[in-house]
Order: sequence, then structure tokens, then C-alpha cells
Amino acid sequence: MAKVAVVRYPGSNCDLDALEVLQKVVKTKTELVWHNDLQQDNYDAYVLPGGFSYGDYLRAGAIAARSPSLKIIREAADNHKRVLGICNGFQILVEAGLLPGAVLRNSGLRFIDTWTRLRVETNRTPFTSSAKKGAILRIPIAHNEGRYYSDTEDLVKLEKNEQIVLRYVNEENEPTLDANPNGSLDNIAGICNLEGNVMGLMPHPERASIPLMSPDGQEYGRVIFDSMLSTVKDRGEN
Amino acid sequence: MHPGSYSVEVIVENKPLARDPEGETIHHNLIVKGGYPQVTKVRAGKLLRLSIDADSPDHARQLVKKLCDDLRIYNPAAHVCTVRIVG
Repeated sequence: MAKVAVVRYPGSNCDLDALEVLQKVVKTKTELVWHNDLQQDNYDAYVLPGGFSYGDYLRAGAIAARSPSLKIIREAADNHKRVLGICNGFQILVEAGLLPGAVLRNSGLRFIDTWTRLRVETNRTPFTSSAKKGAILRIPIAHNEGRYYSDTEDLVKLEKNEQIVLRYVNEENEPTLDANPNGSLDNIAGICNLEGNVMGLMPHPERASIPLMSPDGQEYGRVIFDSMLSTVKDRGEN
Repeated sequence: MHPGSYSVEVIVENKPLARDPEGETIHHNLIVKGGYPQVTKVRAGKLLRLSIDADSPDHARQLVKKLCDDLRIYNPAAHVCTVRIVG
């Protein structure tokens, strides 16, 4: 069975939700690991959870990105293991340079906590391989700094290399201005690295993985975790 | 050479093409509406003031520039960073 680490930083607050879903819903071996205790690459996959690491001081994720744990996580990513950053975890991966671009303050200058519709833009990543391209996922967001930004040149590269994984869309499944909750460039909600084994997303799939917790009784978030683990098993990396 | 303690400011702001909603809001809703229409633009940023022991102002500035790059005090994808000696 694949073994997953949920890495906890001072100020992480979605770590237990991710742990619960991985252990009890996805049913995989998962350990909560304090960032300073992560000294060896002993896991098949790493989840960097949401929260407010180091109080979001300097910039969301900027200080956690200098934690020694990121050396291990970078090494794991180089070894083709799965690294998933959710919300603050996404910000940390961007600040650590494991993902390109930046995540800036919401254009409306407010913390937003709402359900969003996401379109799966590619299923070539290990995090969306169990979903169909174009599938719609309803997953909530909860953040103050979620506005994805990159310069035009990098955006062209992201598009060309199929690194844009999720986009915010409206009821007609189109990435319109109205469907964009935070001013993200091109309605981007989640991206991956060039290889596809490192992904960051602002929405919280761990909050949409149990039917009771979703307004429509679905479990759309599970596909992210299920895909991540099914591809680990496929590769025989147990 | 002037060994001593220097005060160095680091200013981090969004690149010109990255929208700055905080600066825009301060501009439109406070400054222009508050009676200062001659102000045409406001950019908000973050200011850090560091005290540095160094041999000279140049060394102090170089050290701060290096630490800004090394520790990613700014994100080069979205920000510009200015380092200046203020005292």
C-alpha cells in the first residue's frame, strides 16, 4: 500500500482533514509529519495541506518554503514521486520554486470561502488520471491569496505543456470572468510542473471527499487523491 | 570604507503588469474620492527595514540584495524588489 505524508507546518490547519480523508476515505497508509521531522524521503507521496503557515508573514508560503522539509520534498519530486499542495500547500510549492508563477492576493481583497466549479483541463497528470478531460468537479475554496499569476511568456508555456490542470468555470462550463472567484490569470485554479508529478491547487479536495460534506452529496475531491494513489500503485512503487 | 551600522530598506511591489488591487483601491476610493484627483496612480507594496553591520554602504547593499535573492524575499515571477540605503 502506498504511504503518504501530510506535512504539517506551524499554522497548517487543514492537515487533519487531509489525513482523515486519506486514511478513512481513500484508505491508504498516511502519517502526519511535523516539517522538521521530515528528514528522509520515506514516502510515496507528499501532501502539503492548507492553512496559514508562519502566519502568512512576508507572503503566504514564503517562510515555509525555506523549511528544510522542502529539500526532502524537492528530492522526492526529482525522484518522480507525487507532491500535492492544497491552498497554502500550493503557495508553498510556488514559493519554493517547485511550481512556476506566483499566488497573489485576491483581486477583491477579501477572504473568499465558497464552492466552485472546476473543469479538468488535462488528465495526463497523476492527480487527474482517473477523471475525464473536461469533467466538472465541485470543490470549495477558502483563501485570501489565491490569484494565480505568471508573466505572459510563462503562461504560454503552461498552456503549451498542458500544465494547467484545473480552471474555474461557470454553469455552462466556460472559464468566464464571472466564474473567476479571485482574479486568477486565465481562471487558473490548479497547475502542475512539467513532468506532472507536482501539483498545486487552491480548492480543497479534502473538503469535498465525503458526500455528507458536499451540498450535492457528491465526492468530487476524491478523484484527486484516488488518481494520485492509483498511479503510485501502477508504477509498483509500494 | 566606513564600517558601521547601516539602515537598508527593501521594497517589494508587484511587477507593472501584475495588477495591484490594494493600490488601485487606495487610489480610487481614498485618494481620488478624498479630493486629490491629481494623483494618477498608487502602487502598494511591502517595506522591510534592516539594520546591517558592514564595512561600507555598498557592502551593506550588496549583502541585502544577496539575501533577497537567496531567501526569496520577493517572488521574481510577480514582484520587483528595490534595495536602498537610508542611513
